[in-house]
Amino acid sequence: MTRIGLIRLVVIVALVGVLELACRTGLIDHRVIIPPSEMASALWTLLVSGSLDADIARTLGLIGLVTALSIVLGFAAGIAIHALPRLRGALDPFFATYYAVPIFIFYPVLIAIFGLSLMPIVLIGVATAIVAMIIATLNGLDRVPRVLGKVARVHRLGRVATALQLQLPAAAPYLFTGIKLAVSYGFIAVIAAEFILSPAGLGRDIADAYADFNNRRMYALILFLLIVATLLNAVLHGLDMRFAARRSGGRL
Amino acid sequence: MTATRRTADTLLLLLGLVVFWEILHRIAGETAMPAPLSTFAYLVHNLTTPRFIANLTTTGLELGYALLLAYGIGLSIGVWMGAHRLSGAVGEPILVSLYSLPKITLYPVVLLIFGLGISGKVAFGALHGVLPVALLTMGAIRTIPPVYLRAARSLQLSPWQTIATVLLPAALPEVFTGLRIGFTVTLLGVLLGEMFASKEGLGAMIINALQLVQGEEMMTVAVVLFAFAALANGFLLFIEHRLHRRA
Repeated sequence: MTRIGLIRLVVIVALVGVLELACRTGLIDHRVIIPPSEMASALWTLLVSGSLDADIARTLGLIGLVTALSIVLGFAAGIAIHALPRLRGALDPFFATYYAVPIFIFYPVLIAIFGLSLMPIVLIGVATAIVAMIIATLNGLDRVPRVLGKVARVHRLGRVATALQLQLPAAAPYLFTGIKLAVSYGFIAVIAAEFILSPAGLGRDIADAYADFNNRRMYALILFLLIVATLLNAVLHGLDMRFAARRSGGRL
Repeated sequence: MTATRRTADTLLLLLGLVVFWEILHRIAGETAMPAPLSTFAYLVHNLTTPRFIANLTTTGLELGYALLLAYGIGLSIGVWMGAHRLSGAVGEPILVSLYSLPKITLYPVVLLIFGLGISGKVAFGALHGVLPVALLTMGAIRTIPPVYLRAARSLQLSPWQTIATVLLPAALPEVFTGLRIGFTVTLLGVLLGEMFASKEGLGAMIINALQLVQGEEMMTVAVVLFAFAALANGFLLFIEHRLHRRA
């Protein structure tokens, strides 16, 4: 590990240690924050008991579904919009403002239309994540070098072959940025929707535990979600680094 | 010519959105999805009622306090980590991973610490805004040409003078980008805070309207918030472009 990595580890461990100490000595009330070690042991007990399994499957499944839908539909929409410059010109101001307006405020409206089911969560998740994928697809297609079109003609490649063998690899790093954002936005939207109003799921579990003053359960669930999010981000970040290395590796 | 055609296309698309809304209304029915026309009528009638103004004021106040905190803390962290190389190298990955966490999971903790009143929502909003402001400020200060700092040293400026007269002006365009993104996410944080366990503010109004099956009120608040966020973002973008052009 590098020296900076080591210092970072020490800083994080020290912060957790200070929190643990402050909770143990009563400096921080048990009713506000419980010691990190207790959060971990409570999470372990919960996971072993298996009582969380259904909610974990539901929430992670929803996140997976939302992300997959956003990536596939966003990619398709990006290709279609790229092919229609006039539509794209009209859409540009919408894309520029999309993430500046609180889209999530529409979640209650979706509940009013579809009822308290999976549908509003999936829709708000896709609405949050898909535009990042569309924008990334447009960016990627914009940056396919023109010379590749000539290469395709020289080799007499068909449209499909051109798309798969030349355009897709050239746009891949940008597409990956879109995938990364779609995963991240999908995660946040699903958890937020479950937390605000939902019949089940991990977000709902946290809200319930909070309402019941069940701090052990609440902090265990929060810790679980933070661990999942951190792992997910670490994996995506690692893949992103690889793409970045390839991009600067002079292959194109 | 192309610019006007483009604007016309955008307006056409906006019109299409209203038509889509009308179709949705026809499918979903009056209670779930009120028609655009009746929503705008409701908007005009209710925008000046004391109840609406009270909620608007609450949200505005919360947003104001949250922005003050987010900007103050975010700029301090950003300047510190941008100017001090080691702190930046150690802290940046920590900030980045905190930035990508779903902050909503931490809302119960914020509520336990700050209580259910206005301070909880302010703290939650600020929690959203601090990180982008800090990260973009740090990046902006790091990319300042070293010759500026050498000039500051040769003029024997104090650390505070260096920050105020050299670092911040040089980094202003990128710092402003951070402030704009910070504004957006702080607004989102405040609204999310209001949507859970709150009785006041526009976010709470939407949840209340949902429970009372008040479709018009729900859409009215959503439209007002959309318009406000879009206009504010447009205004901040305008300033940002001017700053970039000047730099």
